[in-house]
Amino acid sequence: MRTVDLVYFSWVRERIGRGEERIELPDTVLTAGDLIRHLKGLSEDHASALEHENVIRVAIDQEHVDHDEPLGAAREIALFPPMTGG
Amino acid sequence: MDADAARDKPAFPAASIPLTVRVQAESFDTAAEIAALSHGRSDIGALVSFSGLCRDEGGALAALELEHYPGMAEAEIRRICLDAITRFGLQGATAIHRYGKIAPGAPIVLVVTASAHRKAAFDGANFIMDFLKTGAPFWKKEHRVDGARGDWVSAKDADDSACARWLR
Repeated sequence: MRTVDLVYFSWVRERIGRGEERIELPDTVLTAGDLIRHLKGLSEDHASALEHENVIRVAIDQEHVDHDEPLGAAREIALFPPMTGG
Repeated sequence: MDADAARDKPAFPAASIPLTVRVQAESFDTAAEIAALSHGRSDIGALVSFSGLCRDEGGALAALELEHYPGMAEAEIRRICLDAITRFGLQGATAIHRYGKIAPGAPIVLVVTASAHRKAAFDGANFIMDFLKTGAPFWKKEHRVDGARGDWVSAKDADDSACARWLR
């Protein structure tokens, strides 16, 4: 087990019901995609927010990554929907 | 790439080119930002600026609320601008993006690019905006005039294809 800080934005934040949380990750959670699937098991709100896995974008320590990216020594992992700035 | 663009490729790294990136709640003065980028320089032949404003969507929209990822928003815009400086041989760039509640008619984003010739400045500003829209961590939520609960603005496929054309 290890500890990571998660941050959520936009409707992912609203559906989960909080902007950040610190969780313990089992050693079997290796990639960003594994993390999403793990989080869906935590609560109904997490499951609802992350229902459509392929829509969810992930940033590790403030850099965009694909779902197959290993989490490595990530300190902060962000989950959010496609961006709509500009 | 045309002959001008090839000739204008800088012989020095992008990190040495003047670059200003700001993410802020307050508005900005477009004319002052353009002037600041070119102040005291005689090597710049072209300045292009793009301003993105909040639309009222036919009177239905009371405001847009922009959420952002502090830290990453600045870092990502900086990465995109450095790419543009290298790719187009820009001689300077400024990018400012606001967050918080923004009223219709008010500015959201400003991009200013400087180069020796116009094509690099036009292309550079276009490139920065295309990648900023799909890669900079900002999210827009609508506040409606009728008080109805607003929705998060959906990402557009057209924005992804706008980026893809630079990768061909």
